[in-house]
Amino acid sequence: MARHDRRPELVSKAGGQHEYRADVLIIGGGPAGTWGAISAAQSGASVLLADKGFCGTSGATAPSGTGVWYVDPNPEKREAAMASREQLGGYLQDRKWMSRVLDRTYDNIHQLTEWGYPFHVDQLGFQRPGSLMGPEYMRLMRKRVKQAGAKILDHSPALELLTDDNGAVAGAAGIFQHSGERWIVHADAVVMATGGCAFLSKALGCNVLTGDGHLMAAEAGAELSGMEFSNAYAMSAAFASVTKTRFYDWATFTDADGAPIPGAQSKGGRSVIARWLLKGPVYAQLDQADAATQAAMRLVQPNFFLPLDRAGINPFTQRFPVTLRLEGTVRGTGGLRIVDESCSTSVEGLYAAGDAATRELICGAFTGGGSHNAAWAMSSGFWAGASAADFARANASPQRAGTRKGTVALRSGKARAFDPAKVTRAVQDEVFPFDRNYFRHGPGLQDSLSRLDHLWRDIATTDAADALHVVKAREAAAMVATARWMYRSALERNESRGMARRLDFPQLDAGPRYRVHSGGLDDVWTRRNTIAEPAVLEAAE
Amino acid sequence: MIEVIDSKRCTGCNICVHACPTNVFDVNGPVPVIARQQDCQTCYMCEAWCPEDALYVSPFADTPEIVDLAALQASDTLGSYRHALGWSKDRAERPSAAL
Repeated sequence: MARHDRRPELVSKAGGQHEYRADVLIIGGGPAGTWGAISAAQSGASVLLADKGFCGTSGATAPSGTGVWYVDPNPEKREAAMASREQLGGYLQDRKWMSRVLDRTYDNIHQLTEWGYPFHVDQLGFQRPGSLMGPEYMRLMRKRVKQAGAKILDHSPALELLTDDNGAVAGAAGIFQHSGERWIVHADAVVMATGGCAFLSKALGCNVLTGDGHLMAAEAGAELSGMEFSNAYAMSAAFASVTKTRFYDWATFTDADGAPIPGAQSKGGRSVIARWLLKGPVYAQLDQADAATQAAMRLVQPNFFLPLDRAGINPFTQRFPVTLRLEGTVRGTGGLRIVDESCSTSVEGLYAAGDAATRELICGAFTGGGSHNAAWAMSSGFWAGASAADFARANASPQRAGTRKGTVALRSGKARAFDPAKVTRAVQDEVFPFDRNYFRHGPGLQDSLSRLDHLWRDIATTDAADALHVVKAREAAAMVATARWMYRSALERNESRGMARRLDFPQLDAGPRYRVHSGGLDDVWTRRNTIAEPAVLEAAE
Repeated sequence: MIEVIDSKRCTGCNICVHACPTNVFDVNGPVPVIARQQDCQTCYMCEAWCPEDALYVSPFADTPEIVDLAALQASDTLGSYRHALGWSKDRAERPSAAL
């Protein structure tokens, strides 16, 4: 194993642009990106990791605690783990992928133990080899990325991909947030690990997740899959950012007068809460947690109590108002389409990992939130990094000019700019409301799409944004694009399956199962891809 | 949202400027400044990474809060999240006390 073999090079700093050369560029420094960087470096590649924020605190994992889909390699337990999710996921998963993710996750968790991650176990089963404290996990991953020999660029959002004459991805270009200077990286392979899209909802850690990678990849011709699985909402205190729906399993939900809300539950009864929130406030009190559970909750998830303690609320003895914050595709399952076991996208030289990629392969139509997404991130990141290193070795090209593929806010247009904050609010107005996104129906989706399409046409003809505004302008454009893929995909699936429910098609379609692929910028398209093999019957045999 | 950098505790190491994932702080002389409070996502990461317990993130994610720094200093609230994570050098175990 050729570790520390090769390092990324700074080729030039002429004209306020830093030009780098690396075998592999990783975009995004959360769990998927860091596993990808380590894996690519261990495969002998020179690796550069560019994070929009700070690798170690960026993304949904770092400020949270998460379970991991970690299952002992016991055939019965593995079978049960896979089978338990299939019905929930509308039978859109792929057993082959579930099995290899369980294998990879098991190995990676043991790698974390070797690296010194302090796993604990207690009788309540809260802390186990598959439970990770986000701050600790991501601080360790940052250290391991550096020790693997990869170079990290913090506060360095990528703005667009580069492609070569054959359409293969050849690097990316971006900006240093602190100096306003530009960067360009010539790389033989790129891993997109930018996370999902939560539309700046302030769900914990999610405001760096604005679909940037979806847009950049689509501009280079990549396809998406499962974008209809994008209406995850998570519970928080109404005033706070800490979304931890799991702890509300111990809650009693009441209305403004203190009367219990019939059918309201964190699991299986969240839609009741959403409907109630359309009419008025909803309160929660975690009155079903006994003393031992309360103590365990504090130990494993101190951040849950942080806003409550600071606001002077004892959640076990007092009612407090709650809300549901949109987690979009972060806790949904849609993202860039994966075409093979290498985690390649449909574009040569471009790989996808973590929440930037579709998680339908292991989650199907049901939320990948928490443990499944965590397992997917470390597995797909590991594979994407290694595959990118292999691809770079086989396709090394010392001189790659690269065509810039970015569109909105990066090219000259009709000599006018747009206000990113205004565009962001306009997108949020289409995706936040429960009666548009949680409870979808055909006419409502069409109605939103007509406005979103108009919004895209409007921003598509604007000028390049300046250094102060370009990051927010690109985020806004990425959110418009993502919302359009979401709602077009939701229209394509005229049935209710998993989290993608339609009021006008409340039943599961008994016909052949399919995944919905999507893509395109000015003209958004969708396509049904029928799943050939009878996974349900196989499982029963 | 982030409300306070306690200038008496801050050593100007600028770790918060780097650690903030949404680029809220700017380097500005001896003590960093909260330059873009509206971009704060209330993730508490700056507090967790501040070695001097000099920062206070208010629990209110959508609205600014007027805070009493003297009261925060007196109540051990500054640094309470770092303590809870077990990241304080002066505490070996994670406490279960209120944050």
